[in-house]
Amino acid sequence: MRTPKVLRTQAFRIVAIYLAIFAISAIALAGFVYWNTALVLDRETDQTIEAEITGLVEQYQRLGLPGLNDAITGRAVRGDQGLYILANSDRRMIAGNLDTWPQISSVSNGFVEFAYERRVGAAPELRTARGRIFTLGQGFYLLVARDVDERRSLETLFQTALLWGAGLMIILGLAGGLLISRKFLARLDVINRTSRQIMGGDLSRRVPVTRAGDEFDDLSTNLNRMLDRIERLLHGMREVSDNVAHDLRSPLNRLRNRLELAAMHQPPDTDTARDIESAVQETDRLIGTFNALLLIAEAEAGSVRESMHDVSLNDVIEGVGELYGPLAEEKHLHFVVRKPPEGAVIRGNRNLIIQALANLVDNAIKYTPTGGTVVVALENNPAGPKLVVADNGPGIPEEDRARVTERFVRLESSRNSPGTGLGLSLVAAVARLHEAELNFEDNHRGLRATLTFKPVEEAPRGAKPAPARVESQPEPVH
Amino acid sequence: MNYPIAGFGPAVGFSCVVETRPPRHRRFAPGRVRAGVTEARLGKVLMRVLVVEDDLEAQRYLCKGLKEAGHVVDEAGDGETGLTLALSRPYDVAIVDRMLPRLDGLRLVAGMRGERNMTPVLFLSALSDVDDRIKGLRAGGDDYLTKPYAFAELLARLDALVRRRDPGSVKTKVAVGDLELDLLSRTAKRSGSAIELQPREFRLLEYLMRHAGQIVTRTMLLENVWEYHFDPQTNVIDVHISRLRAKIDKGFEAPLLHTVRGAGYMIRAHA
Repeated sequence: MRTPKVLRTQAFRIVAIYLAIFAISAIALAGFVYWNTALVLDRETDQTIEAEITGLVEQYQRLGLPGLNDAITGRAVRGDQGLYILANSDRRMIAGNLDTWPQISSVSNGFVEFAYERRVGAAPELRTARGRIFTLGQGFYLLVARDVDERRSLETLFQTALLWGAGLMIILGLAGGLLISRKFLARLDVINRTSRQIMGGDLSRRVPVTRAGDEFDDLSTNLNRMLDRIERLLHGMREVSDNVAHDLRSPLNRLRNRLELAAMHQPPDTDTARDIESAVQETDRLIGTFNALLLIAEAEAGSVRESMHDVSLNDVIEGVGELYGPLAEEKHLHFVVRKPPEGAVIRGNRNLIIQALANLVDNAIKYTPTGGTVVVALENNPAGPKLVVADNGPGIPEEDRARVTERFVRLESSRNSPGTGLGLSLVAAVARLHEAELNFEDNHRGLRATLTFKPVEEAPRGAKPAPARVESQPEPVH
Repeated sequence: MNYPIAGFGPAVGFSCVVETRPPRHRRFAPGRVRAGVTEARLGKVLMRVLVVEDDLEAQRYLCKGLKEAGHVVDEAGDGETGLTLALSRPYDVAIVDRMLPRLDGLRLVAGMRGERNMTPVLFLSALSDVDDRIKGLRAGGDDYLTKPYAFAELLARLDALVRRRDPGSVKTKVAVGDLELDLLSRTAKRSGSAIELQPREFRLLEYLMRHAGQIVTRTMLLENVWEYHFDPQTNVIDVHISRLRAKIDKGFEAPLLHTVRGAGYMIRAHA
């Protein structure tokens, strides 16, 4: 069983620890005060009792039994808290304000505690007293005690209060802790949600700032500032690479034109003509690289997001399969296209999805040795429709899988094959644009590249799917 | 002039243009073909071309290249001048950059079409998105070429645009030499014996034969036969062509399907 999220927050832990420390010290403090008070009060009582006994014993030594008798009677009549009883060896009362010799309940340090009955109005009441027994000569016993009933009930009350108080403190503290952590979590959740959206590619999102002006707002403000900065930097970088590609495209174009013009003046099959032709091919490779870079930039900028239409993935794999099938057969590969009967329609840019799948298929065909198998398939999973391109080529070592989608990264094994090193970057950019997940897995000999799109949302009944190619009236472009 | 055959709908690059003017181009006199011209140049049509391009350097090379190819060229550096020229003189084809000062390419073409000027227009653009292409074609453009382009590609497309104005396009049979294509029964025959073709091979052959004697580039095939606008990186088209070639040319003395180096393919009857 997983502990609920609220209990795992730092805020809750802090509150819990603080509560524990606070509860322990509060209980210790209360206990200390109680203990000391009780001790002092008891000692005071004990001293009073001692003093009285001393006084009475003096009376007895000076005036004998009758004198003691008088003194006890005198004191008993005064009606304060004092309790006296003088008894003979049979514990029969001779004098005092207790009717009978009491039943002793506990003895400590020579002091005894007992219960006695006192008449308050008509009803007798059982109360607690504390006192000391003094043995006079000739088999007489003297018990001097004080009523401590009020104090004892106060103590009980105090103990109960302490228990209840501690319990209540813990309950309220925990509840408070939960509330505070909930509040913490709510604020943090907003920040987390925003960062997830930003990681999802929407760099324009910002963490909302409340008017409280607390440390969370400070954090949010700082995060937002950081995001502004990152966005500016990214934007700048993108702009630079776009501009470079854009600006170099024109001169490359002119270069190519010039070479073509030069070729026109040359009789064919001369060395010069061949040189020019290979120069043209070299230029075409350069242009291809720039076009791929620009296409990636376009896909990453998300400007094509507006031109998303319904795309049938079955049509896509059928088309790409049909286009590349002969190429695979030429290499003597088994080329298998598998599509589920129900198909899947996603919202996307058809051209880019086709380009991405074509890049994957092209790679698969390029790297699979003769006799191998290339499978192009659409799988409808609960996680969403999944395009799969699997081959029996050399595969990609696990440690390189994250790297291959970086621009211009070419693995050692593929250095000798033609390519720009941008094919998989483009696939990754197309995946990001469609919020799809691109994965490279082990095909147990070979590579299994998968592109998992978001689950298809059920279109409302009767809603006509948008025609594949419709857009607004032409507008001026500048 | 949509192609009337089922399964060969108007490809994006060739959507409905109503033809009103008769063809006005002239054939090269055989004597005018210069020495050293590759076979691609044979059968070329002399065109009057209007070039509207604001990048002067690009314009210079474009014009030079077109003139080298034997065409007559007028040039304009901005949209307004371009529109004035297009409306005042007869051209076989216009090459219009999409981004132009004063009047952008889309409006220029809209202006031409508004004046019932149906000169075929080829857009040149740095914008490569399919949507941009569709916008261009909707505004009245007939074809769309993304910069940077190969000059051979441009020439092939211009050629196709100019020759497309064939009034008898509602044909049920196409023939090149002894190769015949029945567009209704979707069958092919060479020298009277039937050739088995896959549907896509049929479309490929049909496109090539409709442009018999013209260079057809790989991109044109990808766009018109497969309706794809993407860069296939590998020359997948070549494989399809070689399969087609094996079916139609194998066992025959004179090949019909030719590879034009550095440009594309051409189907042509042996002269």
